[in-house]
Amino acid sequence: MTSFTAAVYQNEYLPEGGSEVNAIVTVTAAADGGAGGVTVGAGVPEAVEIIMIDCSGSMEQPASKIRAARDATATAVDCLRDGVWFAVVAGSNQATMVYPATVGLAQASPATKAAAKAAVGQLRAGGGTAIGSWLRMANSLFDTRPQAIHHAILLTDGKDESERHEEFVAALESCQGRFQCDCRGVGTNWVVSELRAVAAALLGTVDIIPDPSGMEADFRSIMDSAMGKAVASVALRVWAPQGATVTFVKQVSPTIDDLTPKATAVNALTSDYPTGSWGTESRDYHVCVQVKPAAVGAEMLAGRVSLMVGDQPVSQALIKAIWTDDAALSTRMNNAVAHYTGQAELAQAIQEGLEARKAGDEATATTKLGRAVQLAAQSGNDATTRLLAKVVEVEDADTGTVHLKRTVETADEMALDTRSTKTTRVKH
Amino acid sequence: MSTTPLPAPGSAEAPERGPTCPACGEPVGDEDRFCEACGADLPVGPAASMPVEPEVAGCVTCGGAVGDDGYCGVCGLKQPDPHDREELDLGWAAGVSDRGLHHPTNEDAMFLSAPRPGMAVAVVCDGVSSSSNAMAAAGAAARAAGPVLLDTAGTDPKAAIAEAAAAAQQAVIAVPRVGDGESPSCTFVAAALRDGELTVGWLGDSRAYWLSPSGNRRLTTDDSWAAMQVDAGVLTEEAAEADPRAHSITGWLGADAPVAVPRVTQIELAGPGRVVVCSDGLWNYASDADRLAGLLEGSPPDAVGAARHLAQFALDSGGHDNITVVVLAVGERTP
Repeated sequence: MTSFTAAVYQNEYLPEGGSEVNAIVTVTAAADGGAGGVTVGAGVPEAVEIIMIDCSGSMEQPASKIRAARDATATAVDCLRDGVWFAVVAGSNQATMVYPATVGLAQASPATKAAAKAAVGQLRAGGGTAIGSWLRMANSLFDTRPQAIHHAILLTDGKDESERHEEFVAALESCQGRFQCDCRGVGTNWVVSELRAVAAALLGTVDIIPDPSGMEADFRSIMDSAMGKAVASVALRVWAPQGATVTFVKQVSPTIDDLTPKATAVNALTSDYPTGSWGTESRDYHVCVQVKPAAVGAEMLAGRVSLMVGDQPVSQALIKAIWTDDAALSTRMNNAVAHYTGQAELAQAIQEGLEARKAGDEATATTKLGRAVQLAAQSGNDATTRLLAKVVEVEDADTGTVHLKRTVETADEMALDTRSTKTTRVKH
Repeated sequence: MSTTPLPAPGSAEAPERGPTCPACGEPVGDEDRFCEACGADLPVGPAASMPVEPEVAGCVTCGGAVGDDGYCGVCGLKQPDPHDREELDLGWAAGVSDRGLHHPTNEDAMFLSAPRPGMAVAVVCDGVSSSSNAMAAAGAAARAAGPVLLDTAGTDPKAAIAEAAAAAQQAVIAVPRVGDGESPSCTFVAAALRDGELTVGWLGDSRAYWLSPSGNRRLTTDDSWAAMQVDAGVLTEEAAEADPRAHSITGWLGADAPVAVPRVTQIELAGPGRVVVCSDGLWNYASDADRLAGLLEGSPPDAVGAARHLAQFALDSGGHDNITVVVLAVGERTP
């Protein structure tokens, strides 16, 4: 059983005529008895896990890649909790069932897990890469257990080149909200923006596994997290007053994920933003609302954020706006809002800087990556600072003075790109 | 706080009733054209379905439905707390309590009763803002002290005031602590008028004045740092009241009060005039008795007009604190 709590961190004071309200909402899911909120989900939840393994021809180059994929998949199968429904799918020009042999799901037990591992051991590489067709197959498998927690792992080593881009986009659209998918790219021949699109649409993570030997540990950690999920389909329900606009709703910790485009309207003033399934964890969301300014002294509810498990509200947080003529109050920046605004700028500076570098625009790349170095240092984001140092020579982190390195390992650049959205947590 | 407690929302609703016949009062159906019991013609249309339950009041700004959290569910504006502005008009006695312009809540409270001409009990308490649950403390003190003073009408008024203060002290001690801060506490000033004899008791810096054509007097001496400086001859009254420490009080009601026994004074009121009992939200802007009397020169003659006038003066002067003003108009509408 899980209980949810929500807390708001904001400066509710606005100057006369001020209209932008920013707040960080921290949502914490605790094993029952921890956080003291409404308890949901009794017993062990029904779950479906689908592992999609790229078996295109390039997985044989070198052969260690397909061998590592087999081993990592076997490890993932070992991590399955008995009773979980699962399938292993081989991806190339189309999706092919590996286990069970026919289109459907198997229920994890010592016997089915052994059979699955035997089937995985027979995986051979050949053919192209059509990620959209793999996702469609996963979607139809999940459909057979509609009430369960749906999670997938997608591993690829290459570019999506065996289907039209429209097919890929259409597949993503049809899968959105149906399951969560953690994406991994092995080696350096895959395209960060493609996997990021899959992960963003399907509320999952994206990361690089530079060397096939790292695959097994990575799969194990994905599975540990997936098997810990206890509550499916949690949504943030955001109410804002008439005349107000929700500018954005972003997850800002542990990673940046803009939920704004995923909003579905509940009524004229209320929308739901999906957050996927939850284990015992804590996440931060940045909510920005534009309200109609009211008179000095007035207090307005600028937003009500309810955490919804199905139709049941399990926790609620209020975002307020109070207009004041006291500049000392209205100019105070809330720590949490400032921190995550900085982390979002950091991710953007990295992505834009790397793009400019690829396009040969060294001046922009130097400025953007310099700003990124500065922001990472200021916010104590050491992991990002280390990744940046592999791409630029840092002369002075405080001022953001950097030089582009002449030679950069592709894997380092891709790691910086994929991990740019990882944020450090603010201390409240 | 008022002498007539506001009905709690939802607690005193009329029992649910369908439409009834206007002639005999028997229940009738929504669609009936004639009463089944007496045969009278029934009015058609919406008038037939009366009486209606009073609607829950909508948002003061846009009319939208207000949620349990006190915010409008449509425009989001916080709805005013009824305690933000309270008025009591008992004819020759009246009181106004106002949140002011800078405090988020009204932590002042008043009790006023005028059972017959020439007899009145007024209590004003000002929650100590650095203490926990100050609004509840002030409300509890005023509610406890007022009725005690009314009940002891036949006894020595000085003893009655002390008894009322003791009851208020017990009530404040019983107020639960909420969050941080010192023990819940408040100031106290009580005035008992009996046929021309006025008895006033106080703890803290809430005050009573007697303003009359034959002379204007402040009746209380603050239990405050400022008053101590003036008494000791260290500072002039003006300088002391301008000091940031002016509002540090040396007497109050609460578990941590040094002495919860009020100082008491008594005067015979000669001729017509006005008794003003108030919190510092008013006298911060007009401490001097002559100044206060001067303000009333242009005010309406009735008690509620005078109380509103003084409260408005404090609001116009900045309204930095909660403002409570009780006025007893003596010898004007009383025999």
